[in-house]
Amino acid sequence: MVVGIVSYGACIPRYRIESSTIARVWGQNPDGIGKQLGVFSKSVPSSDEDVVTLAVEAARSAMRRCRLPGNVVKAVYVGSESHPYAVKPTAGIVAEAIEATPDLTAADFEFACKAGTAAVQTCMGMVGAGMIDYGMAIGADTSQGAPGDALEYSASAGAAALLIGKKNLIATIEHTCSYTTDTPDFWRREGQSYPQHGGRFTGAPAYFKHILACGKNLMKQVSSRPSDYKYAVFHQPNGKFPVRVAEELGFTAEQVKPGLLTPVIGNTYSAAVPLGLSAVLDIARPGERIFVTAYGSGAGSDAFDITVVEGIEKLDRTGTPSVQSMIDRKVLIDYATYAKLRGKIEMGGES
Amino acid sequence: MREVMVVGAGMTPFGELWESSLRDLGIQAGLGAIRDAGITSSDIDALFVGNMAAGRLIDQTHIGALIADYAGLAGRNVPTVTVEGADASGAAAFHHAYLSVASGLHDCVVVGGAEKMTDLPDADVADIMSTALDQQWESFFGATLFSMYAMMARRHMHEHGTTREQLAQVAVKNHSHGALNPQAQFRRPIKLESVLGAAEVASPLGMLDCAPISDGAAAVVLCSGDRARKLPGQHFRVSASAQAGDTLSLGSRRSLTAFDATRVAMENALKLAGRSRSEIDFAEVHDVTTIGEIMAVEDLGFCKKGEGGKMAESGRTALGGELPVNTSGGLKARGHPLGATGIAQIIELVEQLGCKAGKRQVKDARVGLAHNVGGAGATAFVHILEAV
Repeated sequence: MVVGIVSYGACIPRYRIESSTIARVWGQNPDGIGKQLGVFSKSVPSSDEDVVTLAVEAARSAMRRCRLPGNVVKAVYVGSESHPYAVKPTAGIVAEAIEATPDLTAADFEFACKAGTAAVQTCMGMVGAGMIDYGMAIGADTSQGAPGDALEYSASAGAAALLIGKKNLIATIEHTCSYTTDTPDFWRREGQSYPQHGGRFTGAPAYFKHILACGKNLMKQVSSRPSDYKYAVFHQPNGKFPVRVAEELGFTAEQVKPGLLTPVIGNTYSAAVPLGLSAVLDIARPGERIFVTAYGSGAGSDAFDITVVEGIEKLDRTGTPSVQSMIDRKVLIDYATYAKLRGKIEMGGES
Repeated sequence: MREVMVVGAGMTPFGELWESSLRDLGIQAGLGAIRDAGITSSDIDALFVGNMAAGRLIDQTHIGALIADYAGLAGRNVPTVTVEGADASGAAAFHHAYLSVASGLHDCVVVGGAEKMTDLPDADVADIMSTALDQQWESFFGATLFSMYAMMARRHMHEHGTTREQLAQVAVKNHSHGALNPQAQFRRPIKLESVLGAAEVASPLGMLDCAPISDGAAAVVLCSGDRARKLPGQHFRVSASAQAGDTLSLGSRRSLTAFDATRVAMENALKLAGRSRSEIDFAEVHDVTTIGEIMAVEDLGFCKKGEGGKMAESGRTALGGELPVNTSGGLKARGHPLGATGIAQIIELVEQLGCKAGKRQVKDARVGLAHNVGGAGATAFVHILEAV
């Protein structure tokens, strides 16, 4: 049974802070930091934005584009590592907002930066098994970076929603596979405000090992080569890792560029790959093939072999803002405003 | 004192060895040395291990016993000792292993150095490296090993006109050497502009002026001369093993631009070996920073005080120059797993003297020198090895 993408939607907050602005505060070289990390600015959620609002916006955009009624969606899964509630599902709120309630299943997912793609796989399984006709998979985050930590330059916010089904497809997902190990490269314990990470350990033995293995497995399983794909989307914790991992797998910079958003909006964590894929779907044409590999610390990778089909021409892609239009729609803020919006200023008073 | 020979050597590659624990590394290097020497574990009378900071880096002390246990030596009740002298721990272990054979106490010993540094965040490692300074008067107030070297560099520039480019040239040279060493952490050349433009660590030193954080282990087998002559393979005479010390605190020294411990250790080493400086064909020196190498070649007496920068700039210390320095890539490019460094330097001498250094081979290498410093210069070792 062919399963694929029925619609998609995205949301990127309007506020941006530049890497040079952060570097100035912490006594680092403001001229070199952007190039060093491949991240020149990042999105910042406003005081009235969180994973729920971002996920709702992305989901509504997806529903508006395909013009399906909300009640056909029988599963909503939201992958994030910054759910507003420790106990109370984001997915239920999103389901309510798109009028999918009450006859559906919903749950929150967490697998660092790949919880969104894990949700896609779950929806694929349910659709493929005939349990449901449509399932909504969302990756959304308002990620955290401790003041002065390297993560502060990249940890940003965004959301993307993918409606998975078997009818009205805009793209077929030909195959998916995963690669998972217990690799402690990045973690945040219950109650901690900011995650900890293993510095350079997050590179070769974590990001690169998993993406390379998963990506190679996918191509082996479907007997494809990098040159078979028009686009390649990788998890993008900074601007450099995805370019390097693409090169190691045999992809070109041209294949990666359309889905590489981190240099301007930072690492949107669970939303990073779904947003990169959304940016590609904004411009993709029927027949074009997309290679996608997500990565989540802890650690694992999910890879997808996607082919765009004729149905994309019928989707009302311009009915809601494109990823590029949301990238262009920006307001630069200073560090003080950023610190206030991200809750980094202690207000005093009773605790 | 009896004649002492290096009869075998083994080391792991240096670098970010995520898949290997300290015990894995120690055993890999030790077994390599034993195999190279053509001996078996039943020939080993004692094990000496140089390690600076495993107690904090991996919460494990008693490293000698650990490695002996996992190498299968514990069942024979082989004595072990862990020797600590900051990042000169490797040379310190070698010195004591040498003394045990030279004195006649032992006939055949293994001496290794090992460090596992990448299990902790970089900032924690920097703090741990700074424990080699005077905690009460220096590191407690925020001084780090590299900030101390930065002060030395600034003063050297002030007193002797050493330039930023001359400092950078040391890193460029050592990376060009490291590119030829299969065991080196960094096997790629770098450009002068890259060194000058790298992120600042402590002005004037940048990221590429400083040795990296590394995992690795190195080991050699030492035997008495008589025992060595019964073994197959090449042997190398340890003609000098000398150590000198200085105040722990940099502020108590007579100069910020000289390590007297290095100078005195060198004078003693030359006397022990019965050699003059001009007979040294090549040297491995402690370039934990670029200024470290410049001061080392001066304090070892290979040039006048203040001319170390010019010596690097002129190419006289590069491969093919009159005194090749750090042909292995040095601490900068080969890597600096603290306790392993002193032994890795000895192994570079052995490779050069045995004409096994491949593309980085020094022509007609007969006498080599290794210089290992602990912390900011309170401990210095000079070893001289010769082809037999």
